[in-house]
Amino acid sequence: MTATIAIIGMAVITFFIKALVFILGGRMAFSATMRQALGFVPVTVLTAIIVPMVLSPHGQGLEWSWRNPQLVAAVFSVLVCAVTRHQLLTIMLGLAVFFGWQFSLGS
Amino acid sequence: MTQPSARSTCLAGARDSVPMLVGAAPFGIIFGALVGTAQLAPWQGQLMSLSVFAGSSQFIAVGLMAGLAGTLVIWLATLIVNLRHMLYAAALLPYVQHLPARWRWVLGFLLTDETFAVVESYYRKHPHASLGHWYFLGSGLAMYANWQIWTVVGLVFGAVFPQLQTLGLDFAMVATFIAIVVPQLARVPHLAAALAAGSTAYGLKDLPFKLGLMAAVVVGVGVGVLLTRLRARQSGNGSAA
Repeated sequence: MTATIAIIGMAVITFFIKALVFILGGRMAFSATMRQALGFVPVTVLTAIIVPMVLSPHGQGLEWSWRNPQLVAAVFSVLVCAVTRHQLLTIMLGLAVFFGWQFSLGS
Repeated sequence: MTQPSARSTCLAGARDSVPMLVGAAPFGIIFGALVGTAQLAPWQGQLMSLSVFAGSSQFIAVGLMAGLAGTLVIWLATLIVNLRHMLYAAALLPYVQHLPARWRWVLGFLLTDETFAVVESYYRKHPHASLGHWYFLGSGLAMYANWQIWTVVGLVFGAVFPQLQTLGLDFAMVATFIAIVVPQLARVPHLAAALAAGSTAYGLKDLPFKLGLMAAVVVGVGVGVLLTRLRARQSGNGSAA
């Protein structure tokens, strides 16, 4: 029972966090600075999520080596994207390099 | 050229989220498998996926429950871990503000890191998309259904997939995020913001409750805004000279 209450509480809290801003909608007015700041949220948050995943894929220390398939494939993906600006191609080639490299390393 | 319809836009949102679905699959399964270790019944695990729909907080909660932590601690952890979603909502608000309340409730509920990434990228390219909310809905529903399915698989077959984390399927998410972020790095403030956020995130990666992530966003946004202002001031001075 306690667990069920905990879960329902989690759901309420999470929904509140996710939806509050949308629900208040028109009643929220952001300053110019705030809007400028929000413009940087995607680039910072997405980078913040993937950098640890790439540099430390096993959650331990820094894996700064060509034997780290995440790192190799990530660098490759960055280059493909910078050159082609093609989202789907970047994803597909990046995944191909990742799985291919991981497989050939035998890990 | 045919006009896009609500249906085609919705499907486009789902389709563009496919790499994210792949990336989320192993986590859904692992979560399902962990449910038993926390003395939870399978239906309670599914309830969490259905009602909370936030992977990282679900993992933390299950870990806390296994450690017999109190309910208040679990709620506090949930609050902190999921706080970043409020930033996502704030960033997307201009595009959904005009929608009827029921749309905003549903889209708000479906918001996740992945849907935010895909949808924000879409709105950036199509700022006046009148059917954008269908795209958002398509992405959100696809991620939601995906999460429920893999949770079930984990609940039923969990023990059978011990090596799941080593497959690296979450690289699909890394590749997708790279494809979204890199084009934005052509601008100096954004490049600086990304570098600041990435290094902060890495440096603080061992902080609990994704606090490192929040700190990285704060630092990155600060750097971005600062640089934008400095450059505006510079070009202002230049034109006055």
